[in-house]
This record gives sequence, structure tokens and C-alpha cells, in this order.
Amino acid sequence: MLSENTMTTCSSLDELLETFDLLDSWEERYQFLIDLGREVPPLPPEDITEENRVQGCQSNVWLTTHVTDSVPPIIELAAQSDAQVVKGLVAVLLLAYSGHTPEEILAFDIKDLFNKLGFTKHLSRSRSNGLFAMVQRVQNVAREAL
Amino acid sequence: MPFDVEAIRSQFPILSRPLPDGRPLIYLDNAATAQKPRRVIDKLVEVLEQYNANVHRGIHTLGSRVTEELENSRERLQRFIGATAPEEVIFTSGTTASINLVAQAWGRKFIKPGDELLLNEMEHHANLVPWQQLAQERGATLKFIPLTADGRLDMERLDGVLTAKTKLVAVTAMSNVLGTINPIGELAERAHAKGAVILVDGAQIVPQRPIDVHNPVIDFLAFSGHKMFGPTGVGVLWGRKELLQEMDPFLAGGNMIRRVWKTHSDFGDAPAKFEAGTAPIAEAIALGAAVDFIESIGWEAFHTHEQALMTRAWNQLREIPGLKIFGPGLKHRGAILSFTADGMHANDLAEILDQQGVAVRPGHHCTMPLHDWLQVPATARASFTIYNTVGEVDALCAAVQKARKIFRLE
Repeated sequence: MLSENTMTTCSSLDELLETFDLLDSWEERYQFLIDLGREVPPLPPEDITEENRVQGCQSNVWLTTHVTDSVPPIIELAAQSDAQVVKGLVAVLLLAYSGHTPEEILAFDIKDLFNKLGFTKHLSRSRSNGLFAMVQRVQNVAREAL
Repeated sequence: MPFDVEAIRSQFPILSRPLPDGRPLIYLDNAATAQKPRRVIDKLVEVLEQYNANVHRGIHTLGSRVTEELENSRERLQRFIGATAPEEVIFTSGTTASINLVAQAWGRKFIKPGDELLLNEMEHHANLVPWQQLAQERGATLKFIPLTADGRLDMERLDGVLTAKTKLVAVTAMSNVLGTINPIGELAERAHAKGAVILVDGAQIVPQRPIDVHNPVIDFLAFSGHKMFGPTGVGVLWGRKELLQEMDPFLAGGNMIRRVWKTHSDFGDAPAKFEAGTAPIAEAIALGAAVDFIESIGWEAFHTHEQALMTRAWNQLREIPGLKIFGPGLKHRGAILSFTADGMHANDLAEILDQQGVAVRPGHHCTMPLHDWLQVPATARASFTIYNTVGEVDALCAAVQKARKIFRLE
């Protein structure tokens, strides 16, 4: 059954995985993902540009990155999509990557995370392609910031 | 006479095959490609197992048999579209190739700077981009027939864009998104009155309504095999004989020549002139079996059944809050319904429907200018055909309702 009010705010990946583990139907998992997406703050309108658009996504996704001047640098991400399930995936991506150093980002096994969440099975190939296009972009920024 | 949809379904092996996780398949993506009846599959296998050889070459037994089968298929297609002669039926790889053939072989020869090509915003990219390329190359201008608010060609404003400069009208007989059935008869008549040639994209209409290239009189008809229950990789370009005669070949090579010397060649007549290289032989032969399938059912049954499914889907979907169906009312459309639902992106909606075994297509359906005109980035498209059932229509609507629950829209 669909839950009336799932607790959707996850502050860490562990929390996310724990919550996700409790959900056993595809309906609940999608609902959780959609709810997660709702928590992602929208990008400021000036960031909705062609340059920030992630190519390879079926729906529109915009991703901005900010690298801090600190040592080591920290990469902060913000992203938005016009599709709700994609927004949920974006939320997971932000949890995994945003606020981490380039080394941490490059060392992180994102495929393993999505496997654990069982998304890769559900996601269509075209959607996975879009997702990994986002991952690619973040990893490229991390590589440049090394 | 009651129509036995189960008897039709039993002819399609894929329809009784559950999805990998055991759910039944509810296939509502027929506008993208139709499933194949047993007789088409059998015909493909028959060619490959019994008389595979190249056509029009060699005099051995298999070569004669396969050539005869291919020409039989051509004649079936000729009768199917009411063409005068089998020579007017050219096998291509599909609608896209057929339209490109006309753009290259007719367009590059006859379109001059300043000429106008008349299109409209509901065209599939396959009937738009080749003309953009041609116009750029030849210095011609593209014009667009305005659309009415409900997504039909605005025939009252046709005179504003159909002029003495118009050399070609390229139009779909049925929109692959809106389902709109266009008034080809009136368009053809008015195009001809201005001395223009009319090319009809028949990809969507051919599996839905009878087509007769002489009633109304048109000049070119392009369609695909796979949307009319035939194999992929094969399609047809029909052209009026006089037009085909004055066109130069597009692809050059084997099969299309009369005599080749070291430095020049004489070309054969249509259809060989436009069939360079080895055709998709088995597929083209099996396309004849697809024609047999359609004819075995009859257009009246097709029409009645599809209208019944459409009416049911239309009535149910329109009850769903925030759901918007694009295009004209049922009177002006074939069995295609494209829609959006407030609060759910079309891609997300299609994904949630897929989880429930319902196959629809999300996206811009190769009609970006149309989606610009509709002012939506994407639509979800359900398209119905002869083997779909009332139960499947109900399942679609229930699946959309369930998606609304998942999205917390109710």
C-alpha cells in the first residue's frame, strides 16, 4: 500500500539506504523517490541555461557546480529537472556528491549505490543514460578540481 | 456482426507472452511499431528457410522463386493502395527513406531558388528535416499551413500560404501525435490547381484507413512496413509514373542500371532505378503477408473497433483531473491519444505505466516543432489498433489513476 506520509528527508546516504530498505513495493519506492525530489530546492532562474543543461537526459535536467577556494576544495552541486522522478534521482546524486572533495567524489562508487537502491533494474536504459550523463558531468568537474 | 478480438489476438504470438516479471503485456505503442501476426513471421521464416537467394539476378531455381515472391508482394501493395502499375511501387527501408528519396531525386532536380515548399507544424521530423535540407541547398523557402486551436490544418487560411510559387505540399495523412486525419482530398485538389506536387506521409494512416492514390489523386505516398504489421527495414514509396520517369536516381549501384560502361551508365526504369543494391528481400516479401492480414480483417472492422477503443479511452481519460488530451475531437482523428497530466512529467508517467505493464510512448515523438506549438516539452502517447481490447483501455486509465496516487495528486 502507498504510505500516506513517508518521512522523506534524508540527511545522509545511510539514512537513505535504510529508509529505502523498508519499502518493499515498487509503488512505495517511486513515491519515496518523488517525495525526495520535492525536497530539492529549485535552481535560480538565471541558472536555467543551455550551458547548464545535461545532454543525454530525456527530460530537462540542469546542473550547476561550485568549487570552493578551500584546501582541499569542496564541490557543491545544485540541480533541477522538470520531471519528478528525475528530481528524486537528482536528490540522491546530491546526497552522494554535494559537499565532498574531488577525491571523495571520484572514489565514490555511484553504480553500487544505484544497484543497492535497486534503481538500475527499474530504470529504463535511456533513463540510466541520462543519470550517468549527470554523473559524468560531476566527475569531470571533480577531475578538473584535483 | 460481433467482432472477435480474441481471435485476432491469437494470431499475434507476442500478445500471449507475459512480460519478464510475469505481468501481461498491454501494448499501446502501436503508432511507434505494430506487433507482427503469425502469417508475417511465418513468411519471413519461409523465405529464409526455403528460397533465400538474391532477386533479379541469376536464373537458378531459388532466384526465380524469390524474385516471383517479391514481385507478388509488390503487386499486393500496388492493389492495396490502388496504384496503376506495380512499377510505381518502390521498396525502400521505410517512410523516412521514401521521403528522402523524393527530396533528393525529385527535389534536387526540380526545386529552384525562390520556390516554396508547403509544410505544417504537425509533421514528423521525417517529413520536415529533408525539406529543410532541400530548401537550404536549393535556396527555396519553407511555408507552413497554420493549425487551428484544436490541432487541425486551418484550410480557411490555406490560400495565404499556397501560392503560384508553391512547388510541393508535403503533409501527413494522419498526425503521429494529435491523431488528426488531414483533408488530403481538398489539399491535393488545391495544390494541383496551383501546379504543385503533393507528397503524403502515410506512415500512420496506412494501418488505419484504406488509401487509394487515385482517389483523391496524389503524387507521392510514403509509408513503412513495420507500422502496418509488417517487418522493420522495409517500406514503400509510391510515385506517379510520369514523376518517377523524370526523376534521376538517388542511390547508384547494382540493380538500378541498364548498361554500365567504364565512365558512364544508363539507368533502368522504375522501380529498379530507385532500388540500388540488395533490397530487404525477406522483409519486403513478408510485407505482402501483412497486406493479406489487413485485408483478411477488412477496413470496416478496423474502423469500428478502433473507434470503440478510442471513444472509451477518450471518455475515461477526460474524467481524470488535470489530464489534457491534445488534438481534435474523435470525429477528426485516428486511434492515437497524446496527453499530459498536471503534476506528472510525461516520461515519469510512462515509466509508472510501464511498471504496471502498460506500454505507451513518452517524449516529443519526433515532432519538436509541434511540441513547441503545443507548449509542452513532452506528451505521453497511447495508440490503439485492431488487437487491443476494451480491458486494455480500462487498464491504461486505471494505471494513470494509480500514477496520480503515487505522485500524491489525490
